[in-house]
Amino acid sequence: MITLEAYFDYVILPILSISVMLIFIRLLKGPAVVDRVVALDLIITTGIGIITVYAIRSNQAVFLDVAIILALIAFLGTVAFAYYIEKQKDD
Amino acid sequence: MIDIVLALLSTVGALSILFASIGILRMPDFYLRLSVTVKASTLGVGLLLICAAIMFPDVSVTTKAIAIIFFLIITAPIGAHMIGRAAYFTGTPLWKGTIADQLAGMYDEETHKLESEENEGDDKENPNIAKTDEETE
Repeated sequence: MITLEAYFDYVILPILSISVMLIFIRLLKGPAVVDRVVALDLIITTGIGIITVYAIRSNQAVFLDVAIILALIAFLGTVAFAYYIEKQKDD
Repeated sequence: MIDIVLALLSTVGALSILFASIGILRMPDFYLRLSVTVKASTLGVGLLLICAAIMFPDVSVTTKAIAIIFFLIITAPIGAHMIGRAAYFTGTPLWKGTIADQLAGMYDEETHKLESEENEGDDKENPNIAKTDEETE
């Protein structure tokens, strides 16, 4: 009988880790700056998922506070990047 | 019983995030990558957070999880729209198989306003579509 803890440890977390690696390839490759911004945003969003699974596994609900802050930072970062990339061309 | 529900929700969530990451790696140009990743990643993280809300019997955890899901659903499309608009202004080329670019010539280059009439001087016949795969890859 597979327990839920083992399932989270050996299936869910590896899938999320492989996702972060694949996105990181795009972050390194990405021909334009905007590709990198989107990849960074997606890495942070995946990080929220990893933190959630880790909070479930370690039975510590406090980690969800970190997820709130990460969601806020991801949004602010994307908006700031978009704002300055758009203004950059006018100079 | 509740273990099966948790396993199902977390599997679908993790697979959504995996498909989003495969999409950002494999899609041929920036706009397709943007459209693939934002929706799938929001769905995946939302399902994982619902998992956490079911797992902890505390009311505060449920409220926190719902707050994060609500925040993600509100902010992800706004961020995606802003970065897509910035990409269009800085001249990121579209995929070479693109058939129509209906925004071509509709933006005012000076004021960054969108207009329904075509501006004079801007050529709608010449949208910013890539000639080869290498430009957008």
